[in-house]
Amino acid sequence: MTSYGRGLRGLSVATIATITVALALVFFYAPLDANQGFIQKIFYIHVPLAIVALCGFVVGGLLAIAHLRTGDRKWDLRSYVAIHMALIFGVGGLITGSIWAKASWGHWWVWSDPTLVSFLIVMLLFATYQPLRFSIEDPERQARYASVFAIVAGAFVPLNFIAVRMAQGVVHPRVLTLTGGRLPGSMGLTFAVSLLGIALLYATLWNYEIAAKRARMQLRRLRRAALGDDAAGALGRSAAPS
Amino acid sequence: MVDQDQQPAIELRGLTRRFGERAALNNVTVQVPTGTTLAVLGRNGAGKSTLLRILATLLRPHGGEVSVLGERLPQRAHVVRSRVGLLGHEPLLYRDLSGRENLHYHAQLHCVAPERVERLIEAVGMGKRADDPVRALSRGMVQRLAVCRAVLHEPAVLLLDEPRANLDPAAVELIEPLIGSGNGHTRVLTSHDPGAAIEDADLVLGLRDGKAAFVRQPGEVGAQQLRELYG
Amino acid sequence: MRATFAVLAKDLRLELRTFETLPAMVLFSLSTFVIFHFALGRSAVGGQLAAGILTVTLLFAALLGAGRLFVAEREQGGFDAFLLAPVDRTSLLAAKAAAMFLFLALLEVVAVPAFGVLLLGPALGPRLPGLIAVLALADLALAVIGTLVSAIAIHTRARDMISPIIGLPLLLPALIASARAAAPVFSVHGSGAPPGKWLLILALYDVVFALIAYAVFDFLLED
Repeated sequence: MTSYGRGLRGLSVATIATITVALALVFFYAPLDANQGFIQKIFYIHVPLAIVALCGFVVGGLLAIAHLRTGDRKWDLRSYVAIHMALIFGVGGLITGSIWAKASWGHWWVWSDPTLVSFLIVMLLFATYQPLRFSIEDPERQARYASVFAIVAGAFVPLNFIAVRMAQGVVHPRVLTLTGGRLPGSMGLTFAVSLLGIALLYATLWNYEIAAKRARMQLRRLRRAALGDDAAGALGRSAAPS
Repeated sequence: MVDQDQQPAIELRGLTRRFGERAALNNVTVQVPTGTTLAVLGRNGAGKSTLLRILATLLRPHGGEVSVLGERLPQRAHVVRSRVGLLGHEPLLYRDLSGRENLHYHAQLHCVAPERVERLIEAVGMGKRADDPVRALSRGMVQRLAVCRAVLHEPAVLLLDEPRANLDPAAVELIEPLIGSGNGHTRVLTSHDPGAAIEDADLVLGLRDGKAAFVRQPGEVGAQQLRELYG
Repeated sequence: MRATFAVLAKDLRLELRTFETLPAMVLFSLSTFVIFHFALGRSAVGGQLAAGILTVTLLFAALLGAGRLFVAEREQGGFDAFLLAPVDRTSLLAAKAAAMFLFLALLEVVAVPAFGVLLLGPALGPRLPGLIAVLALADLALAVIGTLVSAIAIHTRARDMISPIIGLPLLLPALIASARAAAPVFSVHGSGAPPGKWLLILALYDVVFALIAYAVFDFLLED
């Protein structure tokens, strides 16, 4: 008997604990930014969301390679969930980025920031992933074409960042360009814990969705086996693997 | 019948192919000895065309073993491709090109000498109309060109999906030497007319909902078996 | 190679018989120049604006043409016919991309002079070699991505919509690079040579996506 969501409890607890610690650090430990004040703290949510979303897109592409190599549809399911979750995190990243832009530059959107612009382009591309899947009815072809898309789009992510960054001068918020070694120690620690928390959240949600989807497929298989083909009903059109 | 040391031209063991959740072919097992004809009977949607498309390497099998001329599918599809000819529902000809242009295009893809195209065009009596665009031809003429296309590369195995559809008796006479049983081809054929197909066959496979209802000698297929398939 | 040339020759012959693609791309481009004239309220443009108008027009015309690329294969059994032949699958990609490249080059033979007459302020003549270099690299990107996206979209239900919504973001880096590279060509001042940095980006984009398309194309054909 397959057990669904094995190890999920431990992962969930670790996620909640890390995010709690991260929030505590953000509000009580990390220093106020000298120029931007309190609003700068959205950085600790915005940047990890965006980084995790981008990694999720690339991971979706890598999982798609595994799908095309093995022909095993479980890799397509994993790739789908990776991209699907990355899209949700990416929307979060865009919204928090927009709020930050409004607070620090007075505009909801700025074209002068190459990271934000590249991120928007990547989001626009991956937003077509679901419509593409939805418009292919045969589940196998859907899986195959979606994997081809995921690989092409995954490779697009770094190339796009290079092109957009070159197109605009590097005019980025003070803090973000400092990402890495030049962050003051306390900010660096807070950022690292926040990034870990968001990454764990992504991993947990990814696992939950996989478990739910696999349970649903198993249920359908059992219904068909026990009650005959008609009992399960026709499979609805769906963008998700089935 | 089957020689002990001679491999059958087509061998299916437990062939299964799904479309989504539906199994178009379910655990079909049959052997076709070299040089013989297998007639595949069944209602629309029973899996006849799917079977032909798998043998033609256009569809991949999902389960079971398939070998054509001793080569496993899908692994050795590239080898099989040059030795099977498919005549399906679609003529696979571009409507805006002439019959001659279409056949020369296929000849290039199959590395066939251009002279063979001309010989085939004459053989099916299309010499006068070979330069007209395919869209201007009658369905019978298109079918004759499609036959030329299917046998262009002199395949050892012919896969024929209702080969005589749209043809008048005179045209059937013309294509018979190309796709008939006389010249040593191994053939798999389907037909909307079970009587004619059985007459033409050495072995009959009855398909019902993707499962093999029976595999019998033509003489053993009677009214009861047909009722089973079509009833 | 043999199969690539066979498919390419067949495609060009079909285009000569039907005139379905290239004339539409030319007319579309000319109309778009007129639209830009009225939308911008300008009789003559130069520099970055001119480069943008030309590249955007070519981008949309390319997507229009790419949409037709596999229609005959899909509707008249060309895919099956090709798949039945013992030839390398990627020769279809190569042939279609080559056809697309040729269509774009022929389109530009008409559209660029028309652009020069209708909208462009500075004279084009002496700076043509630079522009040709930019357009050649841009056409390669449009041909490769156009073919790939069209092959993905052809088996979908909403193929007329799937193709542009995937193609536009995917081509954005190429658009950025070609618009930036062409800007000096259309400027009154300066040497008029396209900056090497942008040509390099464009070439990098061409190479990367040509390799990716080559690697994944097989999976779009098998069933």
